[in-house]
Amino acid sequence: MSFNSFSEFLSMGGHGLYVWLSYGLGVIIILGNLIAPLQAGKRLRAQLTRRLIRESKGS
Amino acid sequence: MADSKWMPRWFYQLASPRWCYQICGKLLPWFTVAALALLIGGTLWALIFAPADYQQGNSFRIIYLHVPSAILAQSCYMLMAVAGAIGLIWKMKVADMVAKACAPIGASLAVLALLTGAIWGKPTWGSWWVWDARLTSMLILFFLYLGVMALNSAIESESTAAQATAVLALVGLVNIPIIKYSVEWWNTLHQPATFKLTEKPAMPAEMWVPLLVMVIGFYAFFAVTLMMRLRNEILRRERRAGWVKELLLSK
Amino acid sequence: MADLITQAASERAQIGPGGLFVATLRRDLMLSLRRKSELVNPLIFFLMVITLFPLGVSPEPGFLAQLAPGALWVAALLATLLSMDSLFRTDFDDGSLEQLLLSPQPLFIVVLAKVLAHWMLSGLALTLVAPVIAVMLFLPAEGMPGLMLSLLIGTPTLSLVGAIGAALTVGLKRGGVLISLLVLPLYIPVLIFGTSAVQAAVTGLPLGGYLALLGALLALGLALAPLAIGAALRISVSG
Repeated sequence: MSFNSFSEFLSMGGHGLYVWLSYGLGVIIILGNLIAPLQAGKRLRAQLTRRLIRESKGS
Repeated sequence: MADSKWMPRWFYQLASPRWCYQICGKLLPWFTVAALALLIGGTLWALIFAPADYQQGNSFRIIYLHVPSAILAQSCYMLMAVAGAIGLIWKMKVADMVAKACAPIGASLAVLALLTGAIWGKPTWGSWWVWDARLTSMLILFFLYLGVMALNSAIESESTAAQATAVLALVGLVNIPIIKYSVEWWNTLHQPATFKLTEKPAMPAEMWVPLLVMVIGFYAFFAVTLMMRLRNEILRRERRAGWVKELLLSK
Repeated sequence: MADLITQAASERAQIGPGGLFVATLRRDLMLSLRRKSELVNPLIFFLMVITLFPLGVSPEPGFLAQLAPGALWVAALLATLLSMDSLFRTDFDDGSLEQLLLSPQPLFIVVLAKVLAHWMLSGLALTLVAPVIAVMLFLPAEGMPGLMLSLLIGTPTLSLVGAIGAALTVGLKRGGVLISLLVLPLYIPVLIFGTSAVQAAVTGLPLGGYLALLGALLALGLALAPLAIGAALRISVSG
C-alpha cells in the first residue's frame, strides 16, 4: 500500500488530475472497443435475420 | 494452396470462415475473463500498491497505461500487415478480415498512447505536448493507421480494398523502423538528452511486475475485441452462405 | 497462325530490359512534354508556397534564413506530392495501363522508367530552380550545394514512394487528397535527413553522412518500391 488514506489516494500527491484523466480515458477507450463491436454485431444479426425472413416469405 | 504439404492443418482450417467463427466463439469467454482479471488486477496493483517514482511522484502511474497501449498499437500494425500479406499470397478471406478488423483497434490504442503521453508530459515537462521522439513516432503510426483506414473505405469492392490496404500496410511496415530511427535521430539533434519518460535505468520489480501484468492484460483485451470484430465481419461477408442462414434462423 | 503469333511475341520479347526502359522513358517524357501546363504547375506551386512563408511568418532576413532549409524541403515535398496524382492517371483513363499490365514485359522495369520520367519533370526541375527560390529566403550561399545535392538524392525517393500511393488510388475518382494521407507519413524520414543536410551545409559541417543516408533510402526505394507499385497497379486495374 503506498497510500495512507483515501483522500491521499485521490489526490495522488498533487498529480491526481493527470493520473485520473489518463485512467478515465483508458477506461473509455477500452470499453468503447468492447461495446462498439458488440452493438454492431447485434444490429448486424437483427438486420440479416430480418432480411432472411423477408426473403423466405417472398419466395 | 491445395498442394503444399508443409503447412499445418490448422492453417487451412483457419481459412474457413465458418470454422474461424466457431473457434472464436469458443475462445471469446476465456479471453474475456482473462482480460478482465488481468486489467482490473493490474490497474489496482498499479494505482494502489506500486510505489511512487522518486523523481516523478505519482504521475509515474500513467506508465501502466501508456506503455501497454503503445506496445499494442505497434503489435497491431504488425499483425495487420502480416494478415494482409497472408491474404495477398494465399487469397485467404479470413486473413483479409483480420487485417480490416485490426485497423480501428490499433488506431484507438495509438490515440490512447498519445493522450496518456501528452497528459504525462504536463507534470513531467510542464506542457501538454512535447516533440519527444516516442510521442512523435506514435503520432506518425497513428497517421499510418488513418491512411490504411481511409484507403479501405475509399475503395468500394471489398476484395480490391483488402488487397490495396494490404500493400499499403506492408509498405508501412517496411517504413516503420526507418521512421522510428529517423525521428529518434532528429530528436537527439534538436533536444539533446532530455529527461526520457519511459527509459528507466533499472526499474525495481514492484514497478515492472504490474507493468507486465498490464501488458499481458492489454494483449488479452486486444484478442477479445479483435475476435468480436472478426466474427461480425465474417457474418457480414458470408451472409449468403448456408451456415450463416441456419445460424441466424436457429435463434 | 499460332506460330506467327509466338514468333512475333518472341521477337517482341527480344527487346532487352535496357531497351524497354529507354522506350518507356522516351514515351512518357514525350507525352508529358506535350502538356506544358502540367509540367510547370509543380514549379509554380513550389514558388507560391515559398512566398507564403515571409508573408505568414516574417520578412526579416535572419529569421527567414533560419527557416529556409525546412521551408524549402517542405515546399518541394508538397510540390512532388501534388504532381503525383497524374503519374498513372492518363494511362489508366485511356486504357494503356491495362495493356501494359497484360504485356509480357517485366513490370518492374516499365514502372521504374515511368517513375524516372516523372521525376525528371518534377523532382529534377525542382532541384534546378531551388537555388533561385532559396535566395528569396536568404539561405546563405554555403547552403546551396547541400540544398541541391540533398534534393537531387532525396526527391527520387519521394517520387518512388509517391508512386505507390498513386498506383493504389489510380482506380478512384477522387484520389488526390487520399494520396497525401497515404504518402505523407512515409515522406518523413526523407524530410528529416534532407533538412539536416541543408542545415549542416549552412553551418559548415560535413554533409556526407546525410547524403549517404538519403542515398541508402533511395537504394531501398529503388529495390522495393517498383515491386509495390506493380502489385498496387495490378490490384487497382483488376478491381
